[in-house]
Parts: sequence; structure tokens; C-alpha cells
Amino acid sequence: MQPVSLTVNGNAVSVSADADTPLLDVLRNHLGLVGTKFGCGAEQCGSCMVLIDGNPEKSCGKALSSVVGKAVLTIEGLGTREHPHPLQQAFLDEQAGQCGYCLSGILISAKALLDRNASPSRGEIAAALDDNICRCGSHPRILRAIERAALKMREGAGR
Amino acid sequence: MNNPPTLPPLLVDNPRLDQWVSFPEPAHVRVSTGRVEIGQGVLTAMRQIAAEELDVAPERIGLQTGDTDLTPNEGYTAGSQSIQFGGVALRLVCAEVRGLFLDHAAAAFGFARADLAMKDGAITHRGMPTGHDYWSLAAAIDLARHASGRAPVKPASEHRVVGRSAARVDLAAKVFGMPIFVHDMAMDGMVHARIVRQPRRGATITAVDEAAIYRAAQKAGKGAIEILRDGNFLAITGADETTVEAVAAIAPGHVAWDGVDPINPAQEEARWLLQQPSIDRVVGAPPADPAPAATRREATYTRMHIAHASIAPSCAMALYEGGHLEVWTHTQGVYPLKAALARTLKLDPTAISVKHVQGPGCYGHNGADDAAADAAVIAVRKPGVPVRVRWRREEEFGFEPVSPAMVTTVHATLDGAGRPADWTTEIWSGRHSSRPGGGGNLLAAEALPDPPPAPPPTESSNPPGAGTRNGEPLYDFPAKRIHHHLIAETPVRTSSLRGLGATLNVFAIESFMDELALEAGEDPVAYRLAVLADQRARAVIEKVAEMSGWPLLNPPPQAGEGRVGASGPSAAGTVRGRGIAFARYKNLAAYAAIVAEVEIEETVRVTRVWCAADAGLVINPDGAKNQLEGGIVQAVSWALKEGVRLDTAGISSRDWESYPVLRFSEVPEIACELVSAVSDNPPLGIGEASGGPTVAAIGNAVAHALGARIRDLPLTRERVMAALLKA
Repeated sequence: MQPVSLTVNGNAVSVSADADTPLLDVLRNHLGLVGTKFGCGAEQCGSCMVLIDGNPEKSCGKALSSVVGKAVLTIEGLGTREHPHPLQQAFLDEQAGQCGYCLSGILISAKALLDRNASPSRGEIAAALDDNICRCGSHPRILRAIERAALKMREGAGR
Repeated sequence: MNNPPTLPPLLVDNPRLDQWVSFPEPAHVRVSTGRVEIGQGVLTAMRQIAAEELDVAPERIGLQTGDTDLTPNEGYTAGSQSIQFGGVALRLVCAEVRGLFLDHAAAAFGFARADLAMKDGAITHRGMPTGHDYWSLAAAIDLARHASGRAPVKPASEHRVVGRSAARVDLAAKVFGMPIFVHDMAMDGMVHARIVRQPRRGATITAVDEAAIYRAAQKAGKGAIEILRDGNFLAITGADETTVEAVAAIAPGHVAWDGVDPINPAQEEARWLLQQPSIDRVVGAPPADPAPAATRREATYTRMHIAHASIAPSCAMALYEGGHLEVWTHTQGVYPLKAALARTLKLDPTAISVKHVQGPGCYGHNGADDAAADAAVIAVRKPGVPVRVRWRREEEFGFEPVSPAMVTTVHATLDGAGRPADWTTEIWSGRHSSRPGGGGNLLAAEALPDPPPAPPPTESSNPPGAGTRNGEPLYDFPAKRIHHHLIAETPVRTSSLRGLGATLNVFAIESFMDELALEAGEDPVAYRLAVLADQRARAVIEKVAEMSGWPLLNPPPQAGEGRVGASGPSAAGTVRGRGIAFARYKNLAAYAAIVAEVEIEETVRVTRVWCAADAGLVINPDGAKNQLEGGIVQAVSWALKEGVRLDTAGISSRDWESYPVLRFSEVPEIACELVSAVSDNPPLGIGEASGGPTVAAIGNAVAHALGARIRDLPLTRERVMAALLKA
């Protein structure tokens, strides 16, 4: 099989895997990026959400061949403990999570939202997260956290 | 708080202080707990408890949890008992350890004991450093001694860590996508495995077209697979997960089974229980003489089977090497699982280590134990090879034990004031507990040759009960009893889910209370308070009434401030209502009162929920609120959407479309308050306190809005339309 080239979290990578391998498997098993989660494998729960060229996509349903030459952003590329993304900081500030399994996908969906809408309403945030399932019921905190991050980012941008 | 007069059972089972606390290296404390993190935040609370009683900074404490080689045996992390029992045991141990070090310092260095104190692990004398601390004295003090359970613990007034909100110890790893879940483990030489599940207990394989399965793997062309079969246990293994997953998806089509009798899909609705043979028991007041018909009231409430529907399917890793089996699992009970694995694998228990690693949110007995057994069964047949089993989504929905369908009928005889003089809660339900502890209930064990006998249909009817949980109202009626019909045979495997029988029983009791209040012409809050002496119960009801502005309806929430996704004032054709409900979980854990507001335009939307709860001494107030909120959201989902669907083959709702749960734009605005958050009352379990009252408050709000009562869950559009037609 021909190695496939793409960009993941800003790094050019080359992957030797079949063209129809799901991007989720590539990330987890070939690149060791296990922050992106398997939830259903059927594009129904959003646990595996990543950005592909800036658009939120469910990586369980994306074949490797469809991301050749594209830029993929995963939770590992969003921020680090040392340099957290405002969304990650806001999730910690609001203690927005219980089991936390859904959070990678939710943070990615939230990032996509804030990238295109810096001042989303509560309703717009909720609508943007309707592709993500949280079963523990952390929704109220997650919504507050995203509002908080948006505010911080607007303040930062205005400075 | 007073010391318990007798040693808590957990300290009888795990008596040595060093089973709980040790000082392995300077400036660090190791605290062991048998409790495990299942999404509820227990590790954070345990660290607070230990930090408080040891008088060390929480950051110094490393937690060791759920490991049969290392931690105390605390059975299962379940039943909202971790803090109420496990935390209380840990607190006693830590207080005793602190006391031993201070006693030793007084005796060894000639200080007056009363002048000594502990400050972040260092011993002070009249507030000045002594140069001694836990670590310098650790070698001199033997903690391999039995806990007395008599060391004085701090009164709440002296708490500096307990009672203050603490950030969760596990959240950062999750927010940054670090490998923290068992799903994220990887080991050198690991193989991935998937199971071709036995469709039904007792089903036998008549033929496996192995050639067809191998051909499918070759066609996928991504790597070698192996078919492993023992009896009716059939697994696909291979180094490439994509291949194994793809082959597992088609493999069931190449396996023929015998002994798979069709089930009756009508059993998905609960009323079929009424025709089933049952084991019948009565608990509580002796039978009453028949009352005049005019004073008798009754109503029947039902709900379907409910799935745990964790966000991820179950997963486990196992490695059998040098005659020793190690299993990594998100089980709720490492010790009971170890015992069950020993029986299944015919291994000596000393040859097995079971270690907890976090998994997706756990709300009861889901597929975690079964996945661990799958991995273990394969691992012992592949010595030296780490085996990772991750269930498929449809496998989790199709084979996890579900919460049983239930019917609850409430019978009351009214006195002259329209209040119950005699009360019977009559409950029909399958078992709410079939955990694998004894070795019976593991899917892999049932599929292997020489399967264990089916677990006997036993379940206690006595408090705190399982199916009968919260069947006895806390109200002061002169005579109360529970009539329990335990159904032995259910169409699908059933076990515990958050709240167990309390969810439907509280729905039934609290719905009926509203129906009786309506008949008596009384306000639902006043009607309840008139028959409720328990001061703490009254306090949460009064508090939630105050929070919600009871009895008035609040303005509909607006977009931006109110319920998420709300688009403005109620449209024409929309009716609104509010309802209240109350319960004390198990009648011995936390008290919770809920007010819900709903908006109905064909379908029910829950717009707002208020919650007041009394959990006694709260270790981590923000953590407790998180649990109450989560319970509320999950209960809104149960009330409006959830019910397991069946077809002749078993559970047919095997994805998120056929088993929908609440989505973000459907989540209400929620306000929770803890009543007497700081107090010397003992801690009361809170994880399951808000669910039953939330479902019941929604039911009452819907009845208020429609002017008609729906007694069957979930409260679907079809049921709303039928109720409107009837009204």
C-alpha cells in the first residue's frame, strides 16, 4: 500500500494503511493519538469529532483516502496543560464533565462553532452540539463553559 | 460528628490501617480506596476526606484505587454508598493515623500531647515546627495494625478541605485528551478481539463457516485474523483493529445457532409482567380489612426496559503470562469480578489480578464485567499476548444487562380529609441485580463448555430493596406496605441501573400524591407537607418551592438565558405546566425535591428544573451538584425518550437512532441547591437522589399542563396526543 500524506495537528505525517481505513483508526492505532474516541462507529454520537480543514467531522466515518493532503485537528492539537486553549481552560473552570469520555468530541465541535461565530447564543451553542451525545448529563456545565470561553476569547481579541 | 459505636463493616473486612494509608516517599501520602471512578467524581472526594483528617495538602495525596493487589476490598462502587460508607471508613482511618503520629511524637520527644498539632503533614508544638513529620516518623510507627475506629474525627466547624468545592482530579487529563481510559491502553504485541455473541443463554453453535470468515478478512486485506472457538464462545482476534472490527461485523452471518427461540416483542411494554408467574412477598404493615369502596383509590404506572447506554461500548485488556492473569477493566467491583473470573477460568484466585481503569460513564451493571471476562477467556488461551476487547456499539446496546420493565400500582384508602389512611405499593418487576460476583452472570461463562447454572431469581424485598426500592413512601400514613411480585423470567437480561426500582416507584407514589391532592382540592406542596413530619424532608420541599416561586409558573425561558434552544415566548397551541416531587433515596440516603416546568406542543419539552437536596455533610459541594444535575438530565431523558425496543431476536434498539437520548438543545435550565451543605450530619449518598423525583416532577408538570394524567413512561408524543383526546 502507498503511504498517504496528511497534516495532523500541524505536523506532516505519512501513514501506511489501506485507503478505506477510518480516520479514527488511523489516529488511534497508527498515530497513537488516543484523545479522539470511539463511541459508535456509525457517526451518531460525536465522540470521534475532529476538524478537517476547519470543519467538524466524525472521524469514524471518514476514510483515510478522503483526507489526503488535508489538515486534521484533534484534541491533542487544541491545547496542552501548559498552553490550554480557552475552551479547555473554561471546561476546567466550570468543572464541565463527569466521565469525560465525550469531552474530546465536544471540545472540537465547540472550537468549530467559535471559529465561525465568536458570540454564539446559548441556543446556537446547543444546536452546534446536537451531534454530540453526553450521557452523564454534564450539558449545563458544558454550555456554560463554552459561553465562558467565547467571552474570554472576545476579550482577548479586543485587547 | 460522633464516632459510630461499632467498627464500620468496611473496617471489619479491611482492618489494617496500612491497607488504607501509607507514606511511601517523602512529602507524599498514598491513600488506597476500593472505590473506583465511574464518572461520579469519587476520587476527588476521597482525596479531600483523607487530606482533611490527615491534615496534609490534597496535592500530596496519591490515590490508589480498585486494584485487587493493592486496595481494600470494598465490594462494588454502587448504590450511592461510596462516601456514605467508603468515605466514612477512610475518614476514621485517617483520623486514627494522624492521632498515632501525634501520640508517638508526644511520647518520644516529651511534648504535651495537647500542645501538638499536624500542619500539612508536619507536627507543630504550640504552633511552632518540631522538625518531625509523617515521613520522618513513618519508620517508627507500624501501621500494620488494626483500626480501632475510635479516633475522633474533626467536627465540621474545623473542616478546611471537606465542604469546599474542589476541582476534579481526573478532569484535566480528559480535557487534554490524555490516555486515561481503558480504551486508550495499548501494549506491545497486543491483539484486538471481538466476540460473536451467543444470541441467548443456552444457544448452541451448530456450524461455523470459518472459510467464509477468513475469506472476508482476506478481502478486507488488512491483516491476518484468527478464529478462536471454545464451546459456544467464538471470538475473532488480530493485530489490526480495523480488520477485526470489519470481520466481526459480518461474522455472525456465518454462524448457525440452535436453541434460539423467538421472544415475544410485545414484552417491551411492561404490562405483560402482570400475566407472568411471580415470587410474591408483602413487607410492612399487616393486611388491612377491606375499606368501603368509596374511600379506595388506585392507579397503575409503568415503564419499559431502560438501557445504560454509556457513551462508549465496554472495553477490557487482559494478559496471561507465567501462570498469572492480569485484567484491566472499568468494572464497578474488582474483587467480585476476580472471584467470578476464577470460577469461569477454573484458576486459583491468587493467580488473578484485576485492576480498575476508567471507562465511559457507568450508571450500574453494564457490559464492563462481560467485556473483562471476554478478554480474560481469550488471554488464557493466548499466553503472553495482551488481548484488548472492545465491544461494538450494537453489542453494548444488544447485550448489556438492562434495567427491567416495571409496573407499580398504588392502592390507598382515604380518610375523611382525603389523605391516605392505608397505603399499598404493589410492584411487578424482573430482577434489578444480577452482578457476576458468584460467577454466574458473565456472558463468556455462559458460552463456554460447562456453563454455570442460571443465577437463581432472588432479590430481597426488604429495605433498601432493589425492585422495591423507595416503594415505601416517606409520608406518615398510618399503615404502609409493599406487595412485591418478583418476575423470574424476563425476555432479556436485567440488572441494576441508577435508581433501580426507585425511579418508577417514586414516579408512581409522587404522581398518585398529586392525583390525591387534586381530588382533595389542595396544593400539591401543602398536601405533602400535611403528611410529612421528617424535618429534613420538609426543608427540601419548602426550599425547592421557594427556589421555583411555587405555585406560579415562571415566564417561559428566553433564548440566551433560559432553556437552551428556547426561541421565545410560548407559541399558540403550546400549554405549560409545573410539577413537584420528592423522595429520600432508599429512605436512608440523600433527600431531594424537584420542581419541573414543561412546555407541550404535541411533544413534551422540559424547560426548567429546580432541585433542593440535603446530603448531610457534603465533601465536595460542586461535585455533589454535578451529580444532582447529571441525574436530572438523565432522568429527563428517561422520562421523555427512553425505552428498549424488542423484536423476536431480542433487543432491537441497537443504535442511537433507535434508542434516542436527550440532546443538548433539549436540556432544561437547571438550578440545584444543597440544604445545610455544612453540617455535622453524616454524609448521605447523592448520586441517585435526583432521578426518581425528576421523572415524577415531569409527570406532574405534564398532568398540570394537559389537565390529563399520563401514567406510562416515556411521555411520548403519542401518549400526549392520546391524553389530550381523552381530556
